[in-house]
Amino acid sequence: MSAWVTAKRITRYGLIGFFRNGFVSLAAILIMTITLFVMGALIVGSAALNATLEQLTEKVDVNVYFYTDAPEQGMLDLKQQLEALPEVAVVTYVSRDEALTRFRERHKNDQLTIQALDELEDNPLGASLAVRAKETHQYESISKFLEGSAAASGEGDARIIDKVNFSQNKTAIDRLSEIIKTSQNLGTTVAVILALASILIAFNTIRLAIYTSRDEIAVMRLVGAGPWYVRGPFVVSGILYGIASGLFVLMVLYPLAAWLAEPSEQFFGNFNTLTYVTDNIFMIVGAIIGTGILLGAVSSYGAVHRYLRN
Amino acid sequence: MIYFDNVSKVYSAGTPAITDITLGIEPGEFVSIVGHSGAGKTTLLKMLFAEESPTTGSVLFNERAIHELTNRELIQMRRQIGTVFQDFRLLPTKTVYENIAFAMEASGRPDEDIIADVPYVLELVDLADKMWNFPKELSGGEQQRVAIARAIVNQPDILIADEPTGNLDPINTYEVVQILKKINDLGTTVLLTTHNRNVVDSVGKRVVTLDQGRIVRDDQSGKYSF
Repeated sequence: MSAWVTAKRITRYGLIGFFRNGFVSLAAILIMTITLFVMGALIVGSAALNATLEQLTEKVDVNVYFYTDAPEQGMLDLKQQLEALPEVAVVTYVSRDEALTRFRERHKNDQLTIQALDELEDNPLGASLAVRAKETHQYESISKFLEGSAAASGEGDARIIDKVNFSQNKTAIDRLSEIIKTSQNLGTTVAVILALASILIAFNTIRLAIYTSRDEIAVMRLVGAGPWYVRGPFVVSGILYGIASGLFVLMVLYPLAAWLAEPSEQFFGNFNTLTYVTDNIFMIVGAIIGTGILLGAVSSYGAVHRYLRN
Repeated sequence: MIYFDNVSKVYSAGTPAITDITLGIEPGEFVSIVGHSGAGKTTLLKMLFAEESPTTGSVLFNERAIHELTNRELIQMRRQIGTVFQDFRLLPTKTVYENIAFAMEASGRPDEDIIADVPYVLELVDLADKMWNFPKELSGGEQQRVAIARAIVNQPDILIADEPTGNLDPINTYEVVQILKKINDLGTTVLLTTHNRNVVDSVGKRVVTLDQGRIVRDDQSGKYSF
């Protein structure tokens, strides 16, 4: 008998079992829907957490303030040196004029300060460099690099750095690093525990569904069915549970993401659930339906296996 | 064809189910195994299709020790044995047609054979009109006839019937016995366990009597002796 004929027969009996054991199938699909929904929520939830953490990380930087008479070339050279460091993500140069414009803008409602500024003949503000590291814990080494540079500790004209604000911000940066690390670890742990718990529940539901068929399995063996002929239809039914539950979850997840789009943007700042789901639709569909198929097939395979032992 | 070579079976509680059974069955025979409940009839049959293994001794089928067969060989052997039970053991979510077709498909028979043989065998047990019914829609007698049809559709070398009339009324019992005799007349070896006196007497063939796990009588043309 060809493999094609066997596959066709197994698939047919899998479909028959799926539809004729309607109540058992429904129960398995419901439980698997919850499992896959938890998975979907975890995917979107962890993306929201990561986006928030990324946003926080972006807000941290180290500023290098130059003397007002520092030559522009020296500052730009330092900028280049910083950009060459592997730890550095972005260096932004703020010229004296730009610093003044920003200052005026920031204090436009503070007449007294603006008047005092106008009294001065010269621009009192120095240029600065805003340095952003790839990881928050890398600020320390960047700061050390700056301290050791000729611009900070050199003699005479070579010394152009007035102040580096790392030590002032050190506690805040360390604390933020710690929070980000803990949130990521906690997020991963919670995700793994939830995923494991829901997978176990789904696995047990399928095991229970197949337990009701144990006599049927014994009869199949008695009439001379080989292990794959017995197991195959159950695995096919398990795959169908996975596909059906996956589709249910997607049908719920998409409208839910649309509904939560605005609140999520308000809460997380730069994270929109609908945009995320739409942009990553193939990954999400693949992950949810793929997990469903794998879970259904593996659970069914395992559950039937114990009844096939001689 | 079948040979129980000094077979004993002791279950975990320590009670012997059968003790020192030596019994040979030739091709084409119709053997009724009789005895009270707990005499060891079902244990004997279970060893034949490897649902139980002997504590000592060995069971041979076509000169091969059943309990030394590999899984693959065991599957092949089961396809040469048709089984009928008191509780019918039909697949509840499959129609009568599918129940019988399943046994043929499991044996790797082609679709053309299945399409031709299933209606034929159902005709033989007089159930052609119930082909698309589910087992729960049939009476006990009808379900047993489906089980017999399934057991013989692959033309097995031997048909094992474990108390096949245990749940049936006298009319259905008579019909089932007639079918078993017909199958035997067509050349299939039949091994029947029962405590029904009328069944044994109406068959009128070899009777092996078990009592407390031992063979107490083996008559070539016997009657029920309890």
